[in-house]
This record gives sequence, structure tokens and C-alpha cells, in this order.
Amino acid sequence: MAWYIGRRLLQMVPVFLGATLLIYAMVFALPGDPVLALGGDRGLNPAVAEQIRAEFNLDKPFIVQYLLYLQGILTFDFGTTFSGRSVRDVMAEAFPVTFQLAVMALVFEAVLGVAAGLVAGLRKGRLFDATVLLVSLVVIAVPTFVIGFVLQFALGVQWRLLPPTVGGDVSFRTLLMPALVLGAVSLAYVLRLTRTSVAENLSADFVRTATAKGLSRPRVVTVHVLRNSLIPVITFLGADLGTLMGGAIVTEGIFNINGVGGTLYRAIQQGQAPTVVSLTTVLVVVYIVANLFVDLLYAALDPRIRYA
Amino acid sequence: MPDANSSTRQHQEHFFAGVDQAPLGAVDLVDESGAPANLWTDAWRDLRRRPLFWVAATLILLVVVVAAFPRLFTSQDPRFCELGNSLASPSAGHPFGYDFQGCDIYARTIYGARASVAVGVLATIAVVLIGGLVGAVAGFFGGWFDAVLSRITDIFFAIPFVLAAIVIMQMFRENRNVITVVLVITTFGWPQLARITRGAVMSVKNADFITAAKALGASRVTTLARHVMPNAAAPIIVTATVALGTFIVAEATLSFLGIGLPPEITSWGADIAKAQRSLRSQPSVLFYPAGALALTVLSFIMMGDAVRDALDPKARKR
Repeated sequence: MAWYIGRRLLQMVPVFLGATLLIYAMVFALPGDPVLALGGDRGLNPAVAEQIRAEFNLDKPFIVQYLLYLQGILTFDFGTTFSGRSVRDVMAEAFPVTFQLAVMALVFEAVLGVAAGLVAGLRKGRLFDATVLLVSLVVIAVPTFVIGFVLQFALGVQWRLLPPTVGGDVSFRTLLMPALVLGAVSLAYVLRLTRTSVAENLSADFVRTATAKGLSRPRVVTVHVLRNSLIPVITFLGADLGTLMGGAIVTEGIFNINGVGGTLYRAIQQGQAPTVVSLTTVLVVVYIVANLFVDLLYAALDPRIRYA
Repeated sequence: MPDANSSTRQHQEHFFAGVDQAPLGAVDLVDESGAPANLWTDAWRDLRRRPLFWVAATLILLVVVVAAFPRLFTSQDPRFCELGNSLASPSAGHPFGYDFQGCDIYARTIYGARASVAVGVLATIAVVLIGGLVGAVAGFFGGWFDAVLSRITDIFFAIPFVLAAIVIMQMFRENRNVITVVLVITTFGWPQLARITRGAVMSVKNADFITAAKALGASRVTTLARHVMPNAAAPIIVTATVALGTFIVAEATLSFLGIGLPPEITSWGADIAKAQRSLRSQPSVLFYPAGALALTVLSFIMMGDAVRDALDPKARKR
């Protein structure tokens, strides 16, 4: 087990380096000079521009810039923005909001998706199953931002059930609708995954054995069917935390949430490599760690899986 | 494969001859002219019986025809807009009404199909080629080759798509078109297909018929191309069909963020994004382009579902 975790952690290193290098290179390759853009139409004094370049290592070759940045990251120094704020402060402001949003979306899709998927899988081919399946297909087919517009308009503006935008007031109540929208597509996938998995496991030998032993139906369904059906679902949910946080940019735009998305968008437009790369790096790390966690959960859920 | 046997039996009336009645040599009289059963003909026979398949196929055909020949469906110019018609209700010849800029919504919905279909089809072809090649090579040859390719796949998988797309589309700020959007989607879309292909190839490569091909002296490349890939194709086709739908959604999302197709190209995504501000006064501005997009994506997902069920012998039995 320890050896397995160690190997997985080692595999994370090249992925981490590769991802940061790739993003750093992409931001470096952006057209336009970010320093000159700071001066606006009047332009900067060449001496000032030179000083800013030296301060942010922009006068050095690409690979040196990247290595200097990497050196900083290892000591948890993520650099500073052009306006002099430390990137760590920027991240400390943006991440909690996005994280809360993503976790709410994840809980929402896990609870609703598994519950509806279980019922649909147990009654495959019946009316409930067909309805739920059709609704999930439509949710997948309609882009997230359309669902966002419609819910915002209907629930927020027309019926005034929930606040239509978040702004500075970040709370469970204001984030409820954005989390619903963010998790909607994944909810449909979780539902379909659970349904297929449950329907397949219902005809498995171990379920027949459990029924033959005389176990009650609820016990067979919860302990034998559901537990085994959750394995692919958990894989999906684990990978989804990272996707939700990275994909929240659209939802954050619609509901005016000051999270990672908006911060990143502005940083990309200003060509602020340290901010962009730092925010992305955290997203990449969340993704990798969530996946590792899921793999370890496997062994707990399925006694047939053992890591040597 | 039990299925293959049972379907062959249908063509062979006397499967074995009783020693008493039949003269020797009756076995040779068995009719062998029937087509041999295989996964693809079985799947096709199964597919033909599914209504879902026909609904999806009809919708896909319709969207493709609309994308190829928009003039057949409307004589209006989608870029002819009069502010006097802003948000006007439907009238004769303009069944969907007008948007904020006074453009005919029906014409824009018809002409918007081309961008979506082009992006979806081109990106899917590119993703299947790149992802399929990487996945097949990694899965078949294994070893350090697999380790390196899998780590590269992981890198592209770990970077959030929307974020990477924003950075790359900023690079093409001056000349965005269908090709740049396809490029972005391909760059960050191939890892999913590479993983699926790798898994499929690995599950096939130890089969007996592969050992037989090797024993007969087939080279490694021939074995991979002629024997492994045809048998690993089913999950790739299913994933690619569903992916085509999600790529169309991705294009719309990029256009919504203002980093997708330029305004000169009529696209559903850009029209949906513009509809946000007129939603309160005229919901149909959002409804038609979003509905057309959803229907297109839905037809590809349904097609993927139907093909998956047809190609899965386990599901077919039920």
C-alpha cells in the first residue's frame, strides 16, 4: 500500500512539472507586451519599463523565468502581480469561494445523482427510468450557460425564490443556484453511470447469492448492489472536483461570483504569467490529489482490489 | 461467442446427421453459403430494430443537410438586420421573430448549424486520429513507451479545458476561425480518447487470435493495424460519437466567453450569449438557437447510446 502511494506520488511529479511548463509557455507566447500595456496610450518611460522587466524577471530567457518561478513555488512564494499584490493573497481570496461552490455542486450531484440513478436502475425500463433518462440527456445536451440563464431568469428574476447574483455576499443561500447550475451536467452523468452500474450488478452472481441466503431486499440493494455500483461513480466524482473548479469560470461569470474564474480571465488578458500559472497549478494539484484519493477509496469499497 | 453460434445455426437446418438415417457425407451437404456472423453485422442487425437509432440518424442527417445547404431552408440573409425590427414578434416569412439587432432568428438558426457541425466533425476526426494513435501505441507496445505517453496524456488531462482554451484563443486574438477553435478542442480533447483506446487495445492484445497472428509471422505493426484495432474499435466509436456532441457544446461555451468564433461567422453559441440581455423581453431569442444546439447534441448522444447498446453483446441479450 505504502509502495503504491509512493509510486503514485512520484508519477505526480512529471505531470506537475509538465502542466506548469506548458501553461507558463502558453502565457509567455501570448501576443503583446504586458509591461508596455501597463502604460496605456501614453506609454511607459523606457527606464521604468526596463526596471519593471528586471523586477519581474521578464528580461530573462523563457526557461530561466520558468525555473525562477518554480524555485519560488517550492518555498510557497508564488510571485507578485504587476500591481504589487502577492499572488498568494490573490489566491487566498479567490479559492475559498470557488472551492465552496465546487464542493456544493459535488455534494448536490452525488446525493441527487446516486439516489435517482439507483431508483432508475432498480426499475429499468419503467416510466420513472425513462423520464429520468430523458431529462438527463436534455441536461447534457443543453450548455451550462443556457441552464444558468434560464434558472437565473426564472428563479431569480421572475419568481424571486433565490438571489439572482452573488456579488460580495457569499453564503450558502446565494451559492445554492450557481451550485445547481454548475453541477447539473455532472449530475446527469452520475445518474446515468449509477443507473447502468446498478442494472448490471442486479444480475450479478453475488446478488443472486445474497438473495438466496435470505437477506432482505433493502439489505441486498444497499449493501450488495449499491456498494459495488458506486465504484465507477466515485471515480467520476473524484475527477469531477477538479473539472468543476476549473469549469466554474462560466458559472462564476453568469452569477457574478468573485472566484478563480474571473481572476484568471483578467490575469490572462493582462499577461500576468505568475498569477495564471499559480492558479492553474493549484487546480492541477487538486485534480491529481483527488484522483489519487479516489484510487485509494477503491480498496475500501471493493475488497477484490488490493494494492501491493 | 455464443451469439455467433446461434445465428449460424439458423442457416444450417441439419446441424449434425443421425448415423441411422443419413448417409455418410451428409455433413458435407450443409449449406455454408450464408454470411458468416461477426460483431459488426450483428450490431447492424440489432441497430436497425432500435427506434432510438432511427430518430438519432434522422436528426443528424437533417442537421448535416442544413449545415451543408442552408439556402434550401431560408431565403433570408442572416446578416441582414434592421434595428427597426428589434425584438419584433414572428411575422409571415419570419416564423421565429427578430433578435435585439433586428436580425431574422430563423435565418440565423439555420445558418448557425454550419459552424457547429464543422467544429464538431473536424474536432472529432482530429481527436480520434491523435488520441487513437497515442492510445493504440501506448497500449500495444507498453513498457516505458506507455509510461511516457501516459504521463503526457495525464498532463493534458489535468489542465482545465476552459482555462487552456482562453489562453490559446488569446494567442489567436486577431484571426479566430473554425480551424483555431478545432485546434483548441483537439489539443485538450485527445487525452480522453487516448485513454479509452489504450484500455481497449490492452484488453484485446492478449487474446488468442493475436497470439495466432504473431505465430503466423505478422509484424507488430500489421498485428496492431489489422488484428488489434478492428477488435478494439467499438468503445472508440461510441466515445467519439458522444464526444462530437460535447465538442459542439465546447464551441458554444467558447463563443459565450467571447473567445470563440468571430462575429462574422454565424454561430449558435454567439447568438445564445447575445440573447442573455434580451431574455426578459423576448425569451424566443434564447429559445431557438439554444434549442437547435441542444437537439443537435442530443442526436449525437442518442446515437452513441444506441451504438453502444448494439455493440455490447451482454446488453443485447437482455
